[in-house]
Amino acid sequence: MRAFSYERAKSPREAAAAVAADPTARFIAGGTNLLDLMKLEIETPARLVDVNGLKLDEITPTKGGGLRIGALVRNTDLAADKRVRKDYGVLSRALLAGASGQLRNKATTAGNLLQRTRCPYFYDTNMPCNKRTPGAGCSAIGGFTRSLAVLGASEACIATHPSDMAVALRVLDATVETVTPDGTERSIPIADFHRLPGDTPQVETALARGELITSVTLPKPIGGVHAYRKVRDRASYAFALVSVASVIHKDGSGRIALGGVAHKPWRVEAAESLLPRGAKAASEGLLAGARTTSQNAFKLTLAQRAIGAAVAEARA
Amino acid sequence: MAILDDLQLSRREVMATGAAVGVVAAPGLAEAAPAEPAPSVMPTLMKVSFTVNGQRQSLELDTRTTLLDALREHLKLTGSKKGCDHGQCGACTVIVDGRRINSCLSLAVMHEGDAITTIEGLGTPEKLHPVQAAFVRHDGYQCGYCTPGQICSAKAVLDEIKAGVPSHVTADLNAKVQFSEDELRERMSGNICRCGAYSNIVAAVAEVAEGKA
Repeated sequence: MRAFSYERAKSPREAAAAVAADPTARFIAGGTNLLDLMKLEIETPARLVDVNGLKLDEITPTKGGGLRIGALVRNTDLAADKRVRKDYGVLSRALLAGASGQLRNKATTAGNLLQRTRCPYFYDTNMPCNKRTPGAGCSAIGGFTRSLAVLGASEACIATHPSDMAVALRVLDATVETVTPDGTERSIPIADFHRLPGDTPQVETALARGELITSVTLPKPIGGVHAYRKVRDRASYAFALVSVASVIHKDGSGRIALGGVAHKPWRVEAAESLLPRGAKAASEGLLAGARTTSQNAFKLTLAQRAIGAAVAEARA
Repeated sequence: MAILDDLQLSRREVMATGAAVGVVAAPGLAEAAPAEPAPSVMPTLMKVSFTVNGQRQSLELDTRTTLLDALREHLKLTGSKKGCDHGQCGACTVIVDGRRINSCLSLAVMHEGDAITTIEGLGTPEKLHPVQAAFVRHDGYQCGYCTPGQICSAKAVLDEIKAGVPSHVTADLNAKVQFSEDELRERMSGNICRCGAYSNIVAAVAEVAEGKA
């Protein structure tokens, strides 16, 4: 690990200004992803701004009947919150399907959104990667692609976003609240928060340099049967090959989003409107435009079946 | 090879030197070197105080020191183990303010004022913690390397179930969480045992959970 200076931020605005003014600075909260990457020298900040003291660790009701989740609420606490379990079950389920108990105790809501891909070539510093070194090339294309993206990928990058939580937030139409270095607050719909790789795969979110997530808000509960189905290589503590966050209503309408298939949670509202006609019709729309390799084409079948199972279970 | 003694040597130069002495580089290796080395920062020392197993400790550490290295290398509490050093194996599990964490993925300087419990603080050879005693009775280990992490994790798992924290295998999110072997297996998935002592670990922890220990 490279040496770095360390400071504790005193206010969200100060933290944002500090990181905005210093290109070598990074925020640190739970640290479970950043420190892992720093040990491998994939991340090499010269300055860490610790935001843990900023009191952004509460879950409070919003005026609109929803919930405001502080950026520093730990994954364990968010999953266990009684209001989340009752009204936003898909979020609890997604969180509990991710990582391990130890990691969920540290990992934060904002950090979960900002975690980096687990593409094996991103982690292998002996191989070119456009995320690590823009313009270096993508080793994954033509390489071992079994775990990688089948939707929304580009010629520069076929990495996936690893978060389970983000997939649930996408079906719940969450909003990411931020503070910018000049103190302005901004609300970013979750749909616009994560970016597709395009030709700048190193730019993963809509955040500006130094912009700090302060909370994530959920709209008022939408009812329905909430589920998160995660298909992976082992029963626990593994990233998704494919995951489905679903909220299905009695009349068969609902919302679905996929994880493990793209650079961001994958949801297509137009395809979702076909849900009352059956899971198959909706799946076809959701997976339209997929580009697969011989190693990852199975993800499309897996996604169709997982969606089918989610819908069948919800309507049983 | 005098050049190799120069600590300022860049990765690119190391690879060039390597090639010069006959090491065959893999195709594409040269392009893979980080384009811009991060600006070099002198190691920073910082003071931090926390309690470990009830004893107050004040240390001055390089900011890079993980909680695990602070415990093992500075406080000589070598019960917590370094397995993968990346949060994947759980051998470094300790309990901080009542919650289990991977001490390898946490900076020591981020624990100012915290109360840390390691395996050394759970029980003593004369008076074992109930989970420790159950591991002995059920032979919940072979080589023993993962055991301190397994025991710290198991102790915290039992507390999590008591506190009503649900898991991936909890059938009803809105019902009271109950101990079961399935719950235990799911909750302990962040602790790897390469000897494969899992069945005895489950038996040991189940005995404590069910109050038979």
